[in-house]
Amino acid sequence: MHELSIAQSLVEIACDQAEQAGAKRVTRVSVLVGLLSGVVPDSLSFCFPIVCQGTAAEGAELAIQVDPAKGTCPKCGVSVELNDFVLICPSCGAFPIEVRSGRDLKVTALEVEE
Amino acid sequence: MCDTCGCGMPSHEHAHEYESDHDGHVIELEMNVLAKNDVYAAANREHLASRGAVAINMISSPGAGKTTLLQQSLNQLKDWRPLAVVEGDLQTDNDARRIQGVGVPVHQINTNNGCHLDAHMVGHAYEHLSLATGSLVFIENVGNLVCPAGFDLGENATVVLLSVTEGDDKPAKYPVAFVNAQVMVITKTDLLPYVDFSMDRCKEFARAVNPDLEIIECSSRTGDGMDGWVAWVKRLANQVAS
Ligand SMILES: Nc1nc2c(ncn2[C@@H]2O[C@H](COP(=O)(O)OP(=O)(O)O)[C@@H](O)[C@H]2O)c(=O)[nH]1
Ligand SMILES: [Mg+2]
Ligand SMILES: [Zn+2]
Repeated sequence: MHELSIAQSLVEIACDQAEQAGAKRVTRVSVLVGLLSGVVPDSLSFCFPIVCQGTAAEGAELAIQVDPAKGTCPKCGVSVELNDFVLICPSCGAFPIEVRSGRDLKVTALEVEE
Repeated sequence: MCDTCGCGMPSHEHAHEYESDHDGHVIELEMNVLAKNDVYAAANREHLASRGAVAINMISSPGAGKTTLLQQSLNQLKDWRPLAVVEGDLQTDNDARRIQGVGVPVHQINTNNGCHLDAHMVGHAYEHLSLATGSLVFIENVGNLVCPAGFDLGENATVVLLSVTEGDDKPAKYPVAFVNAQVMVITKTDLLPYVDFSMDRCKEFARAVNPDLEIIECSSRTGDGMDGWVAWVKRLANQVAS
């Protein structure tokens, strides 16, 4: 359950940024979770409201956008959407697929109130 | 430069604001959730570099044999470089005492049920240890094959250990730790006759998710393969030094 500390970092960033912007409350936090980031969206959703309690983000909504992992086959050049960590090209069997995205874990937007 | 607006600020570090449809503001960001951990990790890297020290992060499920491997191999490395060990466990200092038994400076971190070490904890451990110049530091992470993998500790290399009693399909079932490691040590090979564990299948699963993964087989019980592990450690340390 490292999603608990991920949620803590997330809420910390949200509250810091809101404060810097002169806002009092965070009402919505948007995150991008890469499919290959090792973070389970459901676990993050579970931890988030617990961690928000007693902070400026109490009651905030968490919007998770899952970033599907994308890669390129080094042999046939096809663009591949990866559903897991297995780096075998589904069209020609070449290996390993070069991963271009899907490892990120980012805060992308906050909605705040004065 | 920022990809979002080309403003010349490093991306991940700043926010753009605009009015939302509702009462509030929307603050657009592009910030790594683990940015703070990464700052501590960078500080750890600098701390190591300033002393010419090298750190190895060891990850496995509980009981795969991390502490035993250290107990068995530190003796062979003791005269080569100053050593230090950071022990991470949920509770107890049992492992630290085992390492003390081989005469190597050790600092125990108890995470109090936290499932992984983070860079901040490790930074404090380095302070406690006051690392000698040229130290080789082993960080035994909390026993957990999933959670520690996402947290950069500022280490020079990550080792994932897998014991043959855990099954040969673990790299397929729990890929993240294997994706982020440079080496996989397959431990307890003395038990191979008693378990259904195919070395080939295991390596195939591991390389399917990490083609560059180096693989070492060893037994801390018989000492088989221990030389391969020690040789890898020395190679890494020399590589970092040059
Ligand atoms: N047969 C055998 N047992 C081992 C080996 N390495 C460790 N063990 C045993 O496995 C158990 C867990 O080892 P430990 O080093 O504490 O694992 P850790 O939790 O990863 O640090 C202990 O009972 C060890 O004696 C090995 O190479 N062969
Ligand atoms: Mg141990
Ligand atoms: Zn292909």
